[in-house]
Parts: sequence; C-alpha cells; structure tokens
Amino acid sequence: MNPLDILYPVLALAGLGVVFGILLGIAAKAFRVEQDERVPRITEVLPGANCGGCGYAGCSAFAQAVVDGEAKANGCPVGGAAVGAQVAAIMGVTLEQEERKVARVLCSGTREVTTTKYRYDGIRDCNAAYRYGGGEKTCLYGCSGYGSCVRACAFDAIHVVDGVARVDADKCTACGKCVAACPKRLIELVPESQKTVVLCRSREKGAAIRDICQAGCIGCKICEKNCPTGAITVVDNIARIDYDKCTNCGICAAKCPKHVIAGRADTDASQAAQ
Amino acid sequence: MIELLLLALTTILVDNFVLVKFLGCCPFLGVSKKVETAVGMSLAVTFVMTVASMATYLVQYYILVPLGIEYMQTVAFILVIAVLVQFVEMVLQKFTPALYNALGIYLPLITTNCAVLGVALLNIQNQFNFIYSTVYGFAAGLSFMLAIVLFAGVRERLETSDIPEWLQGFPIALITAGLIAMAFLGFSGMKF
Repeated sequence: MNPLDILYPVLALAGLGVVFGILLGIAAKAFRVEQDERVPRITEVLPGANCGGCGYAGCSAFAQAVVDGEAKANGCPVGGAAVGAQVAAIMGVTLEQEERKVARVLCSGTREVTTTKYRYDGIRDCNAAYRYGGGEKTCLYGCSGYGSCVRACAFDAIHVVDGVARVDADKCTACGKCVAACPKRLIELVPESQKTVVLCRSREKGAAIRDICQAGCIGCKICEKNCPTGAITVVDNIARIDYDKCTNCGICAAKCPKHVIAGRADTDASQAAQ
Repeated sequence: MIELLLLALTTILVDNFVLVKFLGCCPFLGVSKKVETAVGMSLAVTFVMTVASMATYLVQYYILVPLGIEYMQTVAFILVIAVLVQFVEMVLQKFTPALYNALGIYLPLITTNCAVLGVALLNIQNQFNFIYSTVYGFAAGLSFMLAIVLFAGVRERLETSDIPEWLQGFPIALITAGLIAMAFLGFSGMKF
C-alpha cells in the first residue's frame, strides 16, 4: 500500500480545514458587528429561558433593552432579585427593591358551588368557551376552567383544580403570561406578602349572585365596616382591597359570610388538602 | 427549463424530503409547534440547502475528484456545510440584521441537519450538474417547508383539541406525522 494514499486525503482535508479556518477568521474580523460588551455579559447572567415574561423577545433582546436604558435592571421576572442585582452590578446602577409578586386567580367558584347555563362540549380552551355566552358557568365573571392560563404558563405554576385555576406561589415568577391569556381578566399580580385577597370579581348584585354561586362576593359591606384600617371598599357590588393600606390582619377574611376573602394560608391549606 | 421545473415539482411533492425520504425528521418534529417558528426554520433550511448544494458541488468536482478522494465526501461536506453556515451567519448579521433576527437560532441549528447533508450527497449520487444541483437544493428546501408548515398547522389545531391523556404531546404528533406521510404517498403515482 502506497503511504501517499493516506497522506493525500489527510493533507487535502487538513488544507481545506485550514483554508476555511482562515477564511472564517478573516470574515469574523471583516463582518464584525459592534456590540456593547455588556449585552453578552447580561445575557449570561439571565436565566436563558427566553420566556418573554419581561415583554421582550427573549433574554438577549432584554439584555439589549437594559443596555439601551429601555428596561429596568430587575425587569426579569424569572430571575427575580438575585439576577436583578447581578444585572445592576454589570450596568453599574443601584437597584430599588421591588417586592416579588405572585399571580392570584380571583375566583372561588369551584364546580360544586356554581351553577351552569348549559353543557359545553367544544374546544377545551377558555377563549373558545367564552364566545358561547361567556362560557359554561352561569356567572359571567367566573373562571371557566379550561386551562388557557395553564397552557400559557412556562413554569408549571398554575393548574385547574375543581374547575378553577389555582396558582402555585412557589413556582410562580409573575411573568404575566396567564394574566394576558385569561379571557375574563381574572388573574392579578399581587405582592407576595399580601395574604388577604378577595377571590371574586363578580359585579352582579348580591341576590343574583346567591342563586348562581355560593362562593361569590355579594357586596354586603361587612368587610368594609369591620376593616380597622379602611383598606376595603365595596364598589360595583364587589369588595376591593387597597393593598397599600391593608395590614393582613385577617378580620375581613374571618367575617366574610361567603368566605371569598382568603389569606394565602387558606389557599395553601386547601391546595394541600387536594 | 421544463426539466428543471419538473425536477423541482417532483422533489417537492413526489419525493418530499421529510415525508417520503425521511430526512430532517428532527427539526420536523422539534420546531413544528407553531406555524411562525416552522416558517422561520424552513426559510433557514431552504437558504442553507441552496447554498450548500452549490458549495458542495464545487468542492466535489474541483477538490475531491481531481485528487481522487471522493470517498472523503461525507467528512468534506460536513466541514463545508458547517463553515458555510457560520459564514452566512456572519454576513447576515452584518448586512441584513432583520433577516438575521428572523432566522435567529435556526441557522446554527441546521449545521448538522441530515437533510442538508442529504441533499449534498444526493446531488452527487444523481450526477447533477451545477444548475441542477442548485435547483434540487432549493426544491428540497421548499419540500421541507411544505411538510413542516402543514404539520405545524395541524399541531396548532391539536393544541386545543380534546385528546386522550395517553396520546397528548409527542404520541399524537408522531401519529399525525405518519398520516401526513401516508397522504403524500398518494403523489407517488404521479408521473412527470
């Protein structure tokens, strides 16, 4: 066997490789795109999930926006405070502390306590169901439970339990995808320490609510009268809590005849039971 | 001219790269959840396939054949395609940032796509000349696009369908892919 039979191919391929390498090297210099060196550094500390929760098209787009001054250093909802601090360090700015938020579904109307208008057999999607008279449940404001928010969640943090979506506070990153996915606008981002939340959004009058949902706010104003800090007001037949004034004392949750005001402890306990 | 058109049509419908030749199944299943990303991926594939067909043709007949080392085809072609993709990525980033952003992560993803290597090897196997190779590469890309966009459309509908739990996700996707492939077998009776 002629040793050249081996030498030629090796030389040819190695030569090809070297030529291509040099060409790429030259091309990398010639076609270099000027980029702020902070962009790749920020991209590196970001989670890299490209979830879009920040409102930008992926992590590198967010990094670019931070460098351009469009986005805040702590704008990544997934990374939270830890990543925010790192990004701020790269940018050389100090960070205002913002409290972690958690999504809450403002409905307590599980299957047992609500009535239905008809039987829905269509596409298992809240937006599709909503087009047929607002969905299966008689209550126009209630969670339809077909899980559009579940599919929107990239973190497996929201699940439909007994016909109502429930958020797993530990997994939630407050990215806001579920908020946008819900056709009834039932999901709200609430500060994590805010334990007292009205889990209902119905604006129906009390008498009307009593007939269709046993767990709906009837606008009786008992919470409003009993709140020591005046944080609750009833507007349009629905109690609203001013989270700045609320001290999470829990009096309203205890007094509410319909038990629609819940502390986080309550919901966590009910989740554990399920 | 007519022959080139027929070659393209045959490649797209009768000898579809994904559904009949089963090349490029990985991106076909992996990047077909949304029509939008499927279109981005297939644009990148079409682009790279066309350019790779031209480049590998030149490498084959101006480097490998004169040296008598055609058996190094696979290695040489992989090298050429990898370099080409890198190079194209740089050029795009410099001159057409919009296209670069649109193709995004798909460009580097297809460096090792078997459909791209497949079209390069088939060009040589079929003894195509330069123009035929280019048309074949382009048509192969279009056939990939047709398959993946059709499939993505079906998968988007599946997302909102009531599927038994044990079929959800990949099982139903694979069944769907099989059904589409069977449908494409219907074209195999056509004679051009």
